[in-house]
Amino acid sequence: MPEASPGADCAAVAVGGLRYRWPKADVDCLAIDDLTLAAGERVFLRGPSGSGKTTLLSLVGGVIQPQAGGICVAGQPLSRLSAGARDRFRADNIGFVFQLFNLLPYLSARDNILLACRFSAARRARLRAAGVTAQAEAGRLAARLDLDAEALERPAAELSVGQQQRVAAARALIGRPGLIIADEPTSALDADRQQAFVDLLLGECAASGAALLFVSHDLRLAAHFDRVLDLAQINHATAVEAGA
Amino acid sequence: MTPMLALSLRSIGNRRLSVALTVIAVALSVALLLGVERLRNDAREGFAQTISGTDLVVGARGGAVQLLLYSVFHIGNASNNVSWQSMQRIAALPQVKWLVPISLGDSHRGMRVVGTTADFFAHYRHGAGRALAFAQGRAFAAVPDGIFEAVVGAEVAARFGYRPGQRIVLSHGSLGGEGGPRFADHADKPFTIVGALARTGTPVDRSVLVGLEGIEAIHIDWHGGAPIPGLSIAPEQVRKFDLSPKSVTAALVGLDSRIAVFRVQRQINTMAGEPLTAILPGATLQELWSLVGMAERALLAVSALVVAVGLAGLVAVVVASLGERRRELAILRALGASPLQIFALLAFESLLLSLAGIVLGLGLLYGAVAVAAPWLAAQYGLNLVPGWPSAGEWRLLGVVLGASLAASLVPAWRAYRYSLADGLTIRI
Repeated sequence: MPEASPGADCAAVAVGGLRYRWPKADVDCLAIDDLTLAAGERVFLRGPSGSGKTTLLSLVGGVIQPQAGGICVAGQPLSRLSAGARDRFRADNIGFVFQLFNLLPYLSARDNILLACRFSAARRARLRAAGVTAQAEAGRLAARLDLDAEALERPAAELSVGQQQRVAAARALIGRPGLIIADEPTSALDADRQQAFVDLLLGECAASGAALLFVSHDLRLAAHFDRVLDLAQINHATAVEAGA
Repeated sequence: MTPMLALSLRSIGNRRLSVALTVIAVALSVALLLGVERLRNDAREGFAQTISGTDLVVGARGGAVQLLLYSVFHIGNASNNVSWQSMQRIAALPQVKWLVPISLGDSHRGMRVVGTTADFFAHYRHGAGRALAFAQGRAFAAVPDGIFEAVVGAEVAARFGYRPGQRIVLSHGSLGGEGGPRFADHADKPFTIVGALARTGTPVDRSVLVGLEGIEAIHIDWHGGAPIPGLSIAPEQVRKFDLSPKSVTAALVGLDSRIAVFRVQRQINTMAGEPLTAILPGATLQELWSLVGMAERALLAVSALVVAVGLAGLVAVVVASLGERRRELAILRALGASPLQIFALLAFESLLLSLAGIVLGLGLLYGAVAVAAPWLAAQYGLNLVPGWPSAGEWRLLGVVLGASLAASLVPAWRAYRYSLADGLTIRI
C-alpha cells in the first residue's frame, strides 16, 4: 500500500442503522443496518435500477441527510457537519464517476480534471505534499488512463464516450481522495471496453490507496473486486421508490 | 467563489450566440429608454427655452398663457393691440435695456408674418442663449431702403425653396394657409427676400420677418381690414407718408438687471392710460409645458415596458438554458459546489449579461447621439447634448440595474432548487 490517505486507520465508509425516506414519500426508500468499506477496499455493490442505489450514493456523498442512522466517511460522521462543510468534505474526500455526462463540455479534458483541485484545497495540499503540481498530476493520471496529450487539450464535447469516462476517472482520482464512488460508469461503453475500464479504475484506486464503491446492475464486471454486495439483501426497506 | 466566476465566463462563452442576442435585446431596450429620457429632457429644455434672454413679454391686458401663445408661438390672435405711445413709455423706463416690438396679423402661404425691427435679430435668444443666425443673406435694412425687404425662417425657406432675391406677396389676415380661405393679398406691394435664418426649433422657423414700416406700408391704402375702394398708393409713393407704427401686437423687453424684473412687471401692469400685461416668458413656458407634457410621460412609460420585456427575455433565455445545464450543475455539486455557489453562479451570470446589455445600450445611445445630433439640430432644431448621463439618467440606469438584479434571482433560485432536488443525479 502506498502512503496512507486520510482516515486510513478507520473505515472508508461506515453506515449504521440508516433510514432514508424521500420527501413526500410514504415509506422508507433505504433501511440499511450495516455497510462498511475498509480503507482501500474495493467493493462491487450490485443493485438493479430502482433499488435505491443512487439514493445511497447521495447519502454517502453528503448531498442528502438520512432521517435516522449515521454515515461516517473516512471516520468523519457526516451528520456532524454543516451543509457547507459537507460540500467541502465531499470535494476533499470523495471522487465521483457517473454513468454519463461527467464533464463540462466547454472545458478541455485537462481543465475538467483540474476542476476537482479547484474546488478542494485539501486535494491541492495533498498534491503539494507529494511534491507534484496539479498540472503534472493531471498529465500523469491521463497517461496512466491511456489518454494521449492531444486528447487532453481537446474540449470535452469532442471526446469519445470512452475517453470522457477516463477523464472522469482521472478527475475523481486527482489529489488522492480516500473514496471513489462510481455509479454505473461503464453502461455507456461497448461490452469489450467495459471490463478494460473497470480494470483501469481498480488499478488506479489500488495505486492511490483509495477505497472504491462501484455500483452496477451488471454482475459480469464484479470479478476483480475484493467483495461483492447485493443492495437488495442489505436494504430492508419494504418498498422502494421507482426510478430512484 | 473564484473558480465559479471563471466557470461562469467559460459557460457563457460556450453559449455565445443566444447570450449575444439576449444582450443585444437588453442593450436596445436600455438605449431606447435612455434615448427617450434624453429626448424628453431636451425637448422640455428646448421648449422652455423657445425664448430666452427676454425678461418680459408685454401685450394687451389678458391671460399670461394666451399672450405667450400669440406673441411667441403665433397661435391665436391678440384681443387688442398696444399703442405705440405705451411702447415708447416702456422703452423709456430706466431699467429697460431694449424693447423689440412685434406686429402680427398678416400671413404668407400659411406662415405668420412678423413685423418687427432689426433689433429682433440682435436680441431674440433661444436655447441656452443662442442668437439667431443667418443661413443666407442678411437682415432687412432700415427705412427707407428696407421697407419691402423680408427675412424668412428656416422652415419657410425649406418648404417653399426660398432664396434671397425672390419676391413674395403677403396676405391680409392670419387664418387659413395654403388651400385655406383666401384673404385679400397685398399683391400691389411685394416683398423681396434678403435673408434666410438657420433652424432654431422655435416658431421663428415658421415666420416671415419684415420691418414694422413694411406692415404700415402695405396697409396704408387699407381701412378696417379691406382696401379702401378707389385708393391705390404705389410702392414708390409710400415713402412720402408717415410710416411710423400706430400700434403693435406685443413687445419683447430686456432689462439691465434681472433683479428688477418683478418691479418692472408691476410698473407695466399698473401703467396708467392703457391696460397692459407683462409676463415672465420662462415661468409661463413651464406652465404651458405642464399641459403639453403628458405625451412625454406616456413615452417614458412605454420605453420602461420595453426594458421590462428585454429583461424578461433575458430571464427566459437563462431559465431555458437551465434545462440543458442541470447536468452541469450536478457535476459541480459532485465536485463540491454548494447550492449557494450554484445560486451565485446563475445570479452572477444573469447580472453580468444585464450589465453587458446596459453598457452596450449606453454605447449605442452615445453612438446614436453623436451621429444623429447634427441632423436633429438641422432638421428639427432639437439640440441633443452629448455628455455624461444626467442625474435622471443615472437614476433610470439604477432602476434598470435593480430590476435586472431582481430578474437574475429567478434563474438563480431555480438552479438552487434543482441542485437541492437533483443531488448527484439528474432526475429528468
